[in-house]
Amino acid sequence: MIEGALWRKWVFYNIPLILFVFVLLFPFYWMIITTFRPDGELYRPWNAANYQPFWTNNPTLDHILYLFEETSFARWMLNTMFIAIVSTIISLFCGVLAGYALARLNFPFAGGLGTAIFVTYLVPQTLLFIPLAEIIRNFRLGDTPWALILTYPTFLIPFCTWLMMGYFKAIPKELEECARIDGASRWKAMVYIILPVAVPGILSAGIFAFTLSWNEFIYALVFLSSPDQKTVPVGVTSELIRGDVFFWGPLMAGALLGSIPVAIVYSFFVEHYVSGITGSVKG
Amino acid sequence: MAVTAVSDATTRPVPRLRRLEDERWLALTLLAPTAVLLGLFIAYPFVEGVLLSLTNTRVGVEGGFVGLKNFHKIWDDSIFRTSVWNTFWYTGVTTVFKLALGLWLAILLNRHFRGKALVRAFILLPFIIPTVLSTFAWKWMFDPTFSVLNWTLFQLGIISQRINWLGDPDLAMASIIIVNIWRGVPFFAISLLAGLQTISPELQEAAAIDGARPWQRFWHVTWPLLLPVTMVVVLFSVIQTFADFQLVYVMTGGGPANATHLFATYAYQIGIGTGLLSEGAAISLAMFPFLFLIVVVQLLYIRRVETR
Repeated sequence: MIEGALWRKWVFYNIPLILFVFVLLFPFYWMIITTFRPDGELYRPWNAANYQPFWTNNPTLDHILYLFEETSFARWMLNTMFIAIVSTIISLFCGVLAGYALARLNFPFAGGLGTAIFVTYLVPQTLLFIPLAEIIRNFRLGDTPWALILTYPTFLIPFCTWLMMGYFKAIPKELEECARIDGASRWKAMVYIILPVAVPGILSAGIFAFTLSWNEFIYALVFLSSPDQKTVPVGVTSELIRGDVFFWGPLMAGALLGSIPVAIVYSFFVEHYVSGITGSVKG
Repeated sequence: MAVTAVSDATTRPVPRLRRLEDERWLALTLLAPTAVLLGLFIAYPFVEGVLLSLTNTRVGVEGGFVGLKNFHKIWDDSIFRTSVWNTFWYTGVTTVFKLALGLWLAILLNRHFRGKALVRAFILLPFIIPTVLSTFAWKWMFDPTFSVLNWTLFQLGIISQRINWLGDPDLAMASIIIVNIWRGVPFFAISLLAGLQTISPELQEAAAIDGARPWQRFWHVTWPLLLPVTMVVVLFSVIQTFADFQLVYVMTGGGPANATHLFATYAYQIGIGTGLLSEGAAISLAMFPFLFLIVVVQLLYIRRVETR
């Protein structure tokens, strides 16, 4: 960027970038400001004289208190956390093993199986939710966390497998062969030599799976019914809207607090998350 | 190695771990958990779904076989036709904008400046925060009476009276499209940025020395090299957008007057809302041919790139 005057740098790079960041982040600012805004200010029409959109002089914790006292919000957080963690662990376990097999072993139909897993990677939840709801009911899993813990891996495993295949392929074969020459079995070579090297990949897949299960909506909406079993996205949607009345304060407080666990996990592992995204599109 | 393992197996009783020395047995063992879960909760529901769509099952009422009647029925259903049109429109428009804006943002990020890592971390937020929760923030911003958007447009002198964003069919569709673009741009930008970073700057310099203008450098050097990543990102995004549910469910619930339904939201309304399970399953399955086509294109493309 040595060529060109300073104003060009501002017009072509800095100002557009600032606008992008502003638009991408503004809804979150709106979420935060609404959470702390008292109802009296919240329900003031936009064309009122004292409409003051970007700031509040009387911050309040009422909406957050409402969330914890009048709804099962704490319960929803725990449910979501539990479901996200367990389904992530199951998916990582399956995905790492399957990814290893598909990337490193020679066996009949390896190519076909790889393609099959890739295809399931692309099956959206909305294609199967109605028959799946029937199956969940027949298995007597309806309205339990297990309905989600067992079904979330269907979209997490293909992703983890795909990502891990990429990682395993990048690890040199010699590493394993050395261990095998020293007398390690295939299983031991995998567990003690290859898996430790693949830890960054496992971490990426895990972070990604965690955020995906926290984000999942339609299965949770259809498979769960009692208020105490719900996850955050479904609980907020179904319990803070009564008919046509939206409880905007608590809704935004719920949206804010419900986003925080994902944001924290993400902030610790940004690099792994980004390499997860790029790994998933490169394959 | 494998040969000795097999001959061992024939002479002595086989310890279980020894059997894992055979690649085929090991592969089978490693793939078993995945196969069970995917078989049980993807393959089986798919077959069930097809069977269900051929009956007239409702909630609590076991139905009988009716052939393709459900598909005939939705074919004649004007709301279904609107949903099909909406889905294509929604997918097409958002994809074009996400690609254009995502590429622009990727180019803006593909240089050195202070705080780059921080900016990159922050712009991904729309993509990682649960969609339902961030969509509620948008819905609140679009509220006709308390809308900060209306206030801003009014202050800028663009509008003189309130705009009922989600109450008008066309504006509601536009609002949904805006939110989807907002959510998808970071994914495009970060993926394309990764693609850009693999392109050697020397190529750009060589083209510049040969007298190529910036636009020509982009079109003849950067774009062709970026195409493989772009294709994959676009196809992923198309599938996700085509089958979208949460965003529309929260923003409009398919309204006003069923004008903004997509396949998935209409399937939910009929199958779960009204309880006509088999008709809902049929609407969901109507997505399948299109998804199948997209997946085939993607597989063929990947194969072509790999064999090149």
